[in-house]
Amino acid sequence: MAPARLGQAPPETGRASTTRSRRRTTLLADFGPLGALVLLCLIFSVMSPQFATWGNVRNILDSAAVLAVIAVGLTFVLLLGAIDLSIEGVMATAALSVALLVANTRNDIDLGFLGILAAVALGACFGLASGMLSTGLKIPSFMTTLGMSAIGIGIATVLFAGVQPTLSSPELAAWASGQWLGLTRLTFVAIGVVILGLLIQRYTRLGRYARAIGGAEELALLSGIPVRRYKTLAFTFAGAVYGLAGVMVTIQLGSGIVQAGVGQNFAAITAAVVGGTLLSGGRGGVLHSIVGVLIVTVLVNGLVLIGVSPYVQKAVQGVIVVAAVAITAWPLRERLRVVK
Amino acid sequence: MSAETTAEVQTPVLAVHDLRKKFAETTALDGVSFEVRPHEVVGLIGENGAGKSTLLKMLIGLAQPDSGHIELRGTRVKMRGISQAGAAGIGMVFQEQSLIPNLTVAENILFGAEGGAVVGGLYRWKELRRRAQVQLDKIGSKIDVDGLTEELSFADRQLVEIAKVLATEERTNAEPVVLLDEPTSVLDRDETELLFTQIERLRTRASVVFVSHRLDEVLRVSDRVYVLRNGQTVAECVPGDVDEASLRRMMIGRDMEGSHYGEEDQLPIREEVRLSVRGLSVKGVCDDVDFDVHVGEILGIAGVQGSGREELCRGIFGALATRGTMTLDGEQITPRSPRDAIGSDIGFVPAERRREGMVGTMSVAENITLPHIGDVCAGPVLLKGKERQLADEWIERLRIRTPSGSAPLGSLSGGNQQKAVLARWMVSDSLKLLILDHPTRGLDVGAKSEVYRLIRELTASGVSILLMADSLEELIAMSHRVLVMKDGRVTDVIDAPAGAKPAPVTVLERMI
Repeated sequence: MAPARLGQAPPETGRASTTRSRRRTTLLADFGPLGALVLLCLIFSVMSPQFATWGNVRNILDSAAVLAVIAVGLTFVLLLGAIDLSIEGVMATAALSVALLVANTRNDIDLGFLGILAAVALGACFGLASGMLSTGLKIPSFMTTLGMSAIGIGIATVLFAGVQPTLSSPELAAWASGQWLGLTRLTFVAIGVVILGLLIQRYTRLGRYARAIGGAEELALLSGIPVRRYKTLAFTFAGAVYGLAGVMVTIQLGSGIVQAGVGQNFAAITAAVVGGTLLSGGRGGVLHSIVGVLIVTVLVNGLVLIGVSPYVQKAVQGVIVVAAVAITAWPLRERLRVVK
Repeated sequence: MSAETTAEVQTPVLAVHDLRKKFAETTALDGVSFEVRPHEVVGLIGENGAGKSTLLKMLIGLAQPDSGHIELRGTRVKMRGISQAGAAGIGMVFQEQSLIPNLTVAENILFGAEGGAVVGGLYRWKELRRRAQVQLDKIGSKIDVDGLTEELSFADRQLVEIAKVLATEERTNAEPVVLLDEPTSVLDRDETELLFTQIERLRTRASVVFVSHRLDEVLRVSDRVYVLRNGQTVAECVPGDVDEASLRRMMIGRDMEGSHYGEEDQLPIREEVRLSVRGLSVKGVCDDVDFDVHVGEILGIAGVQGSGREELCRGIFGALATRGTMTLDGEQITPRSPRDAIGSDIGFVPAERRREGMVGTMSVAENITLPHIGDVCAGPVLLKGKERQLADEWIERLRIRTPSGSAPLGSLSGGNQQKAVLARWMVSDSLKLLILDHPTRGLDVGAKSEVYRLIRELTASGVSILLMADSLEELIAMSHRVLVMKDGRVTDVIDAPAGAKPAPVTVLERMI
């Protein structure tokens, strides 16, 4: 057995250094976004006295709820190395269907909680379809999900039929606007989804396999992982979660509209990437994405508070997002020489 | 072959003086000096981590030394990047090739140095082809300049890279220095021979630095050899004066105990047949293959690229569709996917470790449990504690050097990565057959011995091995029997009992 130990001592020094530097970049990639979030908060606190008040913190958390739910689902798809552009369509269909299935002004159906479940299930069906199309026909997820989004918006438009369904159930509105600890119940729903996402990521095969597939798909295949099944599963979970987000928006608005998810594709992907869930797959996770969601939300909130004109806000947001991505990607620049 | 006579009086083309480099707290280079004289082939050897790659990076400007300097044809130079190094006449043929696959050969050869072949931002194809052809003619290659690079074999692509480096000649009006980084690591025997012929041809118009793990090759092609250890040049020798064993000793800094391949641990073949393959065909690449592997046997599979051995192994593992019958421990199996094969207790270690063998960003523990995650799961839920325990046990057993089981596998050295990849299959008590596709590729001498030891241990516990190896020497030394393949068919099965190993040429004859 003696030869075994030979040749181990010399490489050790070199390895220790790579381990250390890798760990440092990983630390930066993992905690850089958190640092950026803290920095943003500090800057806004200095610039606006209202920013660091409990009322505003609640405000931020409440307005981050929907995006947080979406980001949890999207994270699993991104971990796989795929992308999901179906968010807007799935949310639109879910919004309209939940508005038509619970007590509303358009029809006499009132399934109550079942209606919400149905909308979420419908979202899951969209995800399942995206997943099966991508894995079965080997169409890039970019295309399938874009298609599913269009289908979703189409279905929603048909359901909308020119007459906006408004929720008429007083209990639902009361429940949604009710608060615990100063936060709306919907925010707690979002926190629940985030915890669920974390549990799935850390403690289930889906979470593990998503990272393995995103990290090295060939290896995943050669290790006997049913890659297609788990890809489809990730899309399905994501779809269900977008469905839930559609429901949340409908409850917030009090009526179902086709535009329920407008802008969420951009916001969610931005949040995930800013938080460190890379589009190349295999890196990041739910917590990363949530930090990204908070960054995006704080940004919007802070810009309003410091009085940036609404006309230029969008542009300022864009600049800051690009800057944030540049900063978070900074430690990786050595390895990401080629960016497509 | 000797260039000493011509070299003595001339100024060296390339001289490196006392290069030092520290990354954070670790020293990568700790005083490296060497020189390359005109028309000389200089060998550079050292274990992984000895500083070879850092040194090469400095020569082509991808890293800057903390102190020390580089002299090119008598003048001090500071390299700031590949293009500058190229303009000065230093080019590198990368181990993992640097050609752009979807461009033509001509475009690749003149990439970034098109000169008169681009006028006003537009390609002048005729001129481009002509110039590229000139470079290919220099090395006497028949490769089509209009061909797509991705359609070439690995060996041909390497030639294109050499031509690309030679293209600097015209710009500098001086003979270039060609750095070859592990050029033979993925070449067959024939291809290696061809490369050596090329190197001989190359030396008439360039100086060559040849970096390799393979000591026999270094001794064969080099005029002088420098040995790197722990970031220092520890020896300079002339091939006639040293042999492989003494080079190895200088590289490691100690004596190698026991034999490299652990031949003394080769147990006699047992009676029981583990896997019996009859009439196995993989469409288009291998045809009607019959063989048996016994319990605890290492069956080496020899063959050049294109002999169908890789496909045969992938077929047995269910990664390629096959026809024919396979019987494992008396039961017929028909693996339609790797998943099926794993279910029948077959494991597979692919050659491309970084792409197919591991997820670098996942932890050592997560990599180890990947194919048998069911063992550390309750339903869909992972039992982290159990996983950690299992991983720690294997890290200890295989002496995997890692800060902890939760360190990313990509941060370990190649040898330790490979041990973790092997552990992945060893975890299963019921493993019957392990297919090893070049398990020691890219590993240094010490790490190789460890992998050999693990393979021997596996066979002692009754696991059967199908082995494809980096060199014939390794294949013959490790195997009980060698199955020789050519053009998709088995041409011979040669016994290789301990103490009476066949000569490589016996196997080689049946391969080509």
